[in-house]
Amino acid sequence: MRPRVSLWLLSLATAVGLAGCGGTAAGASPTTRVFASASLTDAFQALARAFEERHPGAELELHFAGTPRLVVQLREGAAADVFAAADTVSVERVLAGTVPRPPVRIFATNRLAIALPRGNPGGIAGLADLGRADLTVALCGPEIPAGRYARQALERAGISVRSASDEPSVRALIAKVELGELDAGVVYATDVASAARRIDSVPIPDELNVVATCPIVALAPDEDRPGGEAFVEFVLSAEGRRILDSFGFGAP
Amino acid sequence: MSRTRRDPSTLLVLVPVGIAVALFLLPLVGLLARTPWSRFLEELASREVLDALRLSLVCSLGAAALSFALGLPLASWLAGGVSRTCSAVRVLVLLPMVLPPVVGGVALLLAFGRNGFLGGPLERVFGISLPFTTGAVIVAETYVALPFFVLTAEAGLRSFDRRFAAAAATLGAGRWRRFRTVTLPMIAPSLQAGIVVAWARALGEFGATITFAGNLAGETRTLPLAVYVALETRPEAAIVLSLVLVSISALFLFLLRERWFPVR
Repeated sequence: MRPRVSLWLLSLATAVGLAGCGGTAAGASPTTRVFASASLTDAFQALARAFEERHPGAELELHFAGTPRLVVQLREGAAADVFAAADTVSVERVLAGTVPRPPVRIFATNRLAIALPRGNPGGIAGLADLGRADLTVALCGPEIPAGRYARQALERAGISVRSASDEPSVRALIAKVELGELDAGVVYATDVASAARRIDSVPIPDELNVVATCPIVALAPDEDRPGGEAFVEFVLSAEGRRILDSFGFGAP
Repeated sequence: MSRTRRDPSTLLVLVPVGIAVALFLLPLVGLLARTPWSRFLEELASREVLDALRLSLVCSLGAAALSFALGLPLASWLAGGVSRTCSAVRVLVLLPMVLPPVVGGVALLLAFGRNGFLGGPLERVFGISLPFTTGAVIVAETYVALPFFVLTAEAGLRSFDRRFAAAAATLGAGRWRRFRTVTLPMIAPSLQAGIVVAWARALGEFGATITFAGNLAGETRTLPLAVYVALETRPEAAIVLSLVLVSISALFLFLLRERWFPVR
């Protein structure tokens, strides 16, 4: 029993040690660290690949999570060179008190759509159906931009939905829709587009929809770490626009 | 401290001990330093904190009780067996300990979810749907806590000297009576320790719960989930919630220390 316990502790200690390594950023490393909202995952992976092809030697490290989680991490001092978010409020919360204030630029827009499991078992035709009591519907939590936008759209349509679970990110919500645990979930149109092979969807008409603006900012522009600026420029370039288009992101 | 010559190997032990203690202590200090004491009670009395607290206690105690009810027979079967089935079952039981809880949550969904091979029929026939309910929280917590109880109880049963039971048998005690009056009292410390460890694991459960049971205030949002949500919206509430969680755990461990983890 004893030696086994110490082995456990050893492996635990190793795991903690390794996790610790990930958190420390060495001063002038050539790696550019990009924090991006979960809803930007696919598009930013493609953008990063294209950027690295364009700039041999440049290396991007992508970190995706629900937007408010990123805000907390950045506010508590996580070292990131670029922050791309699903709403402008989150960027403002990160930049609060930053002098000089780096320029914030809108690089894309997004809209909402209803994600359904394959075959639409709930027989959902539009936003109005989401209020039906016989369905299990979930939204992202109100602290997540997608959750806030979804509640705005539902309010606009005058529909009250009891969210079965306030999911922590659009990715988590899509996964539960895909597994068929939910009859529907309100996510971004881009999420629905990139998961089109695995889920069905119903669009939300323009008059009820919410347009989300996605801002990007190079944090702490530094002579030693010019990679952040370069990546932001690339996202805003014509080539970046083409990639964003292909994932369904609208022009700003 | 006496001024005897210090053995250099003492230092070899003291350094890692110091690092280890610091590793446990510093996060706690960080938590206490940032606690908004002036608004502590106000935060504590809020609906969301009380809901999460109630859910956490109900579910973790439920999971501990289930772990005991299912784990004791399982542990005694495992302790007595040497067959291949036994070893296979033991691996199966220990799996949730090494599996990332989120993976456990996904696996639970695939089995007990609406489209799961068990959950599907369950819903069609009985109209019972487990995900997104308080029941699912208890199932998820039991899934991760049960191995800790089984492991501890089995260790106790294995170190139990069977000659005591044999002696009782010569005096005419039946199987149940032997277990109840001889074995059970002798392995009681292991069982109690097992329950505490299983309960503590259930109380802190996060990954399997948010995946399998979802995250809904008053239904499935236990303290760890509430901390996760609050951290993103109201960090101060998150600190208060964390402190509540730490206090409950510390209080239980403190109250039970002499009894269940005797210091010689």
